[in-house]
Amino acid sequence: MQSSRLLKDRLAGRLMLVLTIFSGLIVFLMAIGLYQRSRPILAIKSLGEILFSSSWHPSRGEFGFFPFIMGSLWVTGVAVAIAIPLCLLTAIYLSEYASRYVQEWIKPLIDLLAGIPSVIYGVWGVLVIVPLIKDHIAPLFGKFSSGYSVLAGGIVLAIMVFPIIIHVCVEVFRSVPYGMREASLSLGATKWQTTKHVVVRKAMPGVIAAVVLGLSRAFGETMAVLMVAGNVAKVPSSVLEPAYPLPALIANNYGEMMSVPLYDSALLLASMILLLVVLFFNVIARIVLMRVERSIE
Amino acid sequence: MDRRVIEERIFKVLMVASTLAIVSSLVLILAVVVVKGVPAMNLSMVTQTPKGGYYLGKEGGILNAIIGSLYLAGGATFVSIMISLPMVLYLNVYSRKGSGLAGFVRFSLDVLWGVPSIVYGAFGFTIMLFFGLKASLLGGIIAVALLILPIMSRAMDEVIRMIPRELLEASYSLGATRLETAFKVVVRQALPGILTAVLIGFGRGIGDAASVIFTAGFTDSVPYSLFRPAATLPLAIFFQLGTPFPEVRERAYASAFILTVIILAVSIVSRILTKRFTKHIVR
Amino acid sequence: MEFKTHISVQNLSVFYGKEQALKNISIDIPDKKIIVIIGPSGCGKTTLLKSFNRLIDSIEGIRVSGKVLVDGENIFDPGVEVTRIRKKMGLLSQNPYPLPMSIYDNVAYGPRIHGQRNKKQLEAIVEHYLKETGLWDEVKDRLYSPASRLSVGQQQRLCLARGLAVEPEIILADEPTSALDPKSSRRIEETFLRLKKEYTTIIVTHILRQAKRLADYVVFLYLGELIEHGPAEEIFENPREEMTKEYIKGVIS
Repeated sequence: MQSSRLLKDRLAGRLMLVLTIFSGLIVFLMAIGLYQRSRPILAIKSLGEILFSSSWHPSRGEFGFFPFIMGSLWVTGVAVAIAIPLCLLTAIYLSEYASRYVQEWIKPLIDLLAGIPSVIYGVWGVLVIVPLIKDHIAPLFGKFSSGYSVLAGGIVLAIMVFPIIIHVCVEVFRSVPYGMREASLSLGATKWQTTKHVVVRKAMPGVIAAVVLGLSRAFGETMAVLMVAGNVAKVPSSVLEPAYPLPALIANNYGEMMSVPLYDSALLLASMILLLVVLFFNVIARIVLMRVERSIE
Repeated sequence: MDRRVIEERIFKVLMVASTLAIVSSLVLILAVVVVKGVPAMNLSMVTQTPKGGYYLGKEGGILNAIIGSLYLAGGATFVSIMISLPMVLYLNVYSRKGSGLAGFVRFSLDVLWGVPSIVYGAFGFTIMLFFGLKASLLGGIIAVALLILPIMSRAMDEVIRMIPRELLEASYSLGATRLETAFKVVVRQALPGILTAVLIGFGRGIGDAASVIFTAGFTDSVPYSLFRPAATLPLAIFFQLGTPFPEVRERAYASAFILTVIILAVSIVSRILTKRFTKHIVR
Repeated sequence: MEFKTHISVQNLSVFYGKEQALKNISIDIPDKKIIVIIGPSGCGKTTLLKSFNRLIDSIEGIRVSGKVLVDGENIFDPGVEVTRIRKKMGLLSQNPYPLPMSIYDNVAYGPRIHGQRNKKQLEAIVEHYLKETGLWDEVKDRLYSPASRLSVGQQQRLCLARGLAVEPEIILADEPTSALDPKSSRRIEETFLRLKKEYTTIIVTHILRQAKRLADYVVFLYLGELIEHGPAEEIFENPREEMTKEYIKGVIS
């Protein structure tokens, strides 16, 4: 009886090990799988050609990703520009100034924002932000816009990345030793001076990591931008113009993908590029955050 | 001297304004969902499938998407638990602290956590092509299971890690094997936390559209086979929002409402579970 | 012992929520002497020290009753500007906390936040106080490198220089050498003895030998109560209270 228990233990252990290794390898399997499917198009066009060509005519065999990459950059850029000041201010407030009571209520609410699905943000964007831009914001600048624009995508994305940037920033601020704040206050600094010169300064690497994580999330976001950004395959020249971010391209064309030669390969190449970009940012941000954690211990 | 105080006051105002702006965006989003969704809700909406095609048909409801989503998210959650739980137990009970494998897998999952759901959809698609699978419930389950795996396992890992080493050692010294300790002691101790992790995974899986757009397809009917396409609430919203027919749009709003309610419910239950869990931990 | 009073504590009680950390303390702190506060750990020494520069303000749920008069002014008066009070005091903590900036910026931080902008004057201030704490020769070639690269002993001396740069009247030191090796500890003690002529120094310590080396005046606290206080020779040779006798013999710790 004893040996059967040990046998079970060992077998189960093996099985669990297999599952564990498998999980650790998923990232690599994804990259390899997508690469395999991208090879047909990489065989006839160079990567540089694909990335920098603006010509997108799949039925003619032309697959230039440039407008979509630029579209992604514009939308992500706007999102991050809106998010950074708001998130920093809120995170500083939550970590340094707000009472425990306020913190206990606000933090769950912000986490709730993180749980709302992308499509719901899309619906909201279509019903609220798009008309806002079309009827109020664009005329303010004397321009016309259908509302489906970089700005719409940027605003919606900004709200989507608030939770992660704020969460990480608050954690990083909390990791600054209290004694450092006391040292500054003892010298006669005000709380704000202490926050500005000591807390935020010490936490800066972590804050940057938080922004990078947010940036990476915004870059990969699909449904919400798909619904509000306009999806016109042209490099945008202003925030009021439509854009076609890379994830939106992939999602929008799943239908035609199989009927046009090389289309599926192109879209899977786009997926792989997206994966690699996001991985790159995530790895760097995680490493920075690990270093921050280690410096506390 | 005055300058310092003025600066502090200005920033205090900005900070509070910023926090309020963020919280009110949440309120605004929920308000729109409720304002548009509640009027669209009626009995036939939740008990019937769309009649005359989901995009054009003016009659019927969203039962296809409701059941489809529950099956798909449920299936994906099940598959994900089957991988996550053994893995997290392995990392915490079987492997030694600070082992290279544990560090590698944890980092790998952390990185996977940030991968966009469209990539999971695309990868799921390549798997489907590889096995000759067509857009189906099964395809969706695979893609979503992979999507929620990092989320679920990280949440589980966080609770199981908190279990003190001494508890495990007490079990070993009574003669239990690692397997028995894992399932009889660890899981029991961390059960609320594990359930929370499962709920979090389910909540994420049911709301995602980008991973299922390639893999699960869409259909008017309630799912009856793993190998046929399945409707999901997120895609029901996406496909039916942009229609010129108001009745079809109503279905989109109703789907949005139901999806939001499900997710809020999951969120609140998991928060309650977490609070109860952290009250009774053996420390 | 005849002395001028620098700080006058009158019926000071401090409550953390329901717990009373300091029970009705009344004492006059003599000017330009080294006052050592001794007592077993957790008996309120740090709380007393931190109430002198009102650092305890930021603890949630804190309640203070009584008065603390510094140069005749009650620092707990609602109208009082906390930052001005704090400028009069320099705090040295047990663990050195160099600010996340260069050695130069650390020392210049205090003067800068109080409005000093002149570069030449700042440089003079930095050099003066680094010399005062015996750190100048060791760091003069790397003033602009991060302060975190210094050894613990050097960091503590840096924190002292930083504290002195705002020209306080009073130095508050909370177990200033507990985290240091013997050589650095000695240097800090030597600096305190040297600074005695210009600053009122209040040191909290649990190292009785250190207290004997440094103290002019001794305050003995136990569980938040002031048990005994007086000139150093009196307390160490001939304490009046039984508890003081026992503590000094090393029985309670």
